[in-house]
Amino acid sequence: MAPASILERLRPHVPWGLATPKEEGGRAVLYVTPGILLEVLRAAAERVSLDSLVDLTAWDRRPASPRFEVVYLLGQAGGSDRLTVKVRVDGDPPRLPSAVEVYPGAAWPEREVYDMFGVVFDGHPDLRRILMPDDWEGHPLRRDVPLFEEPVEFKGHRPKVPSEIIPYFSPHSPSGSGGETPPVPG
Amino acid sequence: MSEATRETLALNMGPQHPSTHGVLRLVLELEGETIRRCTPVVGYLHTGIEKEMETRTYHQNITLVDRVEYVASYLEEMAYCLSVERLFGIEPPPRARVIRILLCELNRIASHLIYLGSAALDLNVSSAFMYCFADRERFLDLSEMVSGQRMMPGYFRIGGVAADLPEEFVPAARRWLDEVPRRVDEYERLLNDNLIWRERTEGVAVLSREEAIARCATGPVLRASGVAHDVRKLLPYGGYDEFAFDVPVRAEGDAYARYRVRLEEMRQSRRIAVQALDRLPDGPVITSDRKIALPPRAELARSMEAVIHQFKLVSEGMHPPAGDSYVPTESARGEKGYYIVSDGSNRPARVHVRAPSFYNLQTLPAMVEGRPLADVVVAVASIDIILGDVDR
Repeated sequence: MAPASILERLRPHVPWGLATPKEEGGRAVLYVTPGILLEVLRAAAERVSLDSLVDLTAWDRRPASPRFEVVYLLGQAGGSDRLTVKVRVDGDPPRLPSAVEVYPGAAWPEREVYDMFGVVFDGHPDLRRILMPDDWEGHPLRRDVPLFEEPVEFKGHRPKVPSEIIPYFSPHSPSGSGGETPPVPG
Repeated sequence: MSEATRETLALNMGPQHPSTHGVLRLVLELEGETIRRCTPVVGYLHTGIEKEMETRTYHQNITLVDRVEYVASYLEEMAYCLSVERLFGIEPPPRARVIRILLCELNRIASHLIYLGSAALDLNVSSAFMYCFADRERFLDLSEMVSGQRMMPGYFRIGGVAADLPEEFVPAARRWLDEVPRRVDEYERLLNDNLIWRERTEGVAVLSREEAIARCATGPVLRASGVAHDVRKLLPYGGYDEFAFDVPVRAEGDAYARYRVRLEEMRQSRRIAVQALDRLPDGPVITSDRKIALPPRAELARSMEAVIHQFKLVSEGMHPPAGDSYVPTESARGEKGYYIVSDGSNRPARVHVRAPSFYNLQTLPAMVEGRPLADVVVAVASIDIILGDVDR
């Protein structure tokens, strides 16, 4: 199904004024506000054919604001309809309504996003860490959590940060071999 | 049992248990032999691959993606490379596309052989295990021929593949593919006529169509629950639309149905691989875009420009335009896709692996709750999880 048509079919069922439809790289994308997220997901699952959650993930937009973008990839079991729903959220901790009611399969990926980014999903039946140990502090996939080489007990060994292994080059870096300081540590 | 003595027992299965196919821990609440609640605990194999990928160049990450679903590395590289190529908006040349599909389908057969062998071993059919692993060895030899590695090949590149197929590869692949149908028939006879196998898999670990969709199952698990969902057919990628194959579907949703679906998929994969060998076009195997692929060795001696390109690619890597991309692909276990966010620099801002094993494992409680303890082993084997894929 062409990207435009899925957005057209969804249009009557969601408060369109609060949503921004876009087409990015051949994919239909809908930017929504946290307030209407559940309404949009419910409309997608019940009113149009998007009955399965393909993936749910997030990324840290630091230093931009709002800081986190949570991405819902919706699909159709046995069909080819696809829609990406993106919602940007800020706050400490950032909060979003849980999609478990609409897509029961969101239970684990929401735990993963909570574990990795600290986004709290209100209404989630069992919001615990899933991949990291229970007593871990912090949320490792946040961009302000640096990645270090583990220290070893060899004499004269200094743990490297990965930016020392492969230098960072910003989008329009001038020609050269030195690299730059990355905007975020690591 | 009277009401007064009714109590449940919490049993830890794993993380070290031979039938969990890795380091999976299941907390089972038992009432006698019956499972009342099953809580999978994952993360024991978490290696932080997604974080690690943010600190490396797009090219270096090919090495890391091999380690995610480590028995289906070619399929993994396919998903990653397609997603990066979508960011750049490039297509690999025709020969590279066919080579990729050929290796992916050979890898799918090998991956299903692991499923079949280990699932059979869990039910004590150890001869099937030996046969399957001996057969898989043939694929590993082929993999060594093209990439120099038996596992973790690192053979695909952004915009193509690392090198052309060696001369001896095509006849060797044909020899193996000629044997596959006979071997699959043999396994089918061996297991279909095996009373223990039938009784332990038929009607066991049942997953209804509705449960499968609601809990995001994909791949053979979804297809064995009656949904004809194969990304290769529905959203063809990398040239799959040019190949003829069928999507096997079974309605029963039990472990036996999953076994039958995978057996048939091995036959269909062979069909695709034979077509790929028949129509292997001539031509380059990697894109000629010098901002993406390394210049050929011979050019380095003549062209200063080639030397600069080589230096920039090796020391700095490539810069895809800012944006995100996700290309769904059909891995051996279900939908695999890389959600990549680029900020325009030489490293990805975020890489997320849509891991089929992670989502498929979520269906396990629905399969085993209310069933006897012995079903857990069958259920875990029939989902065919790879813990590297679950925990990443």
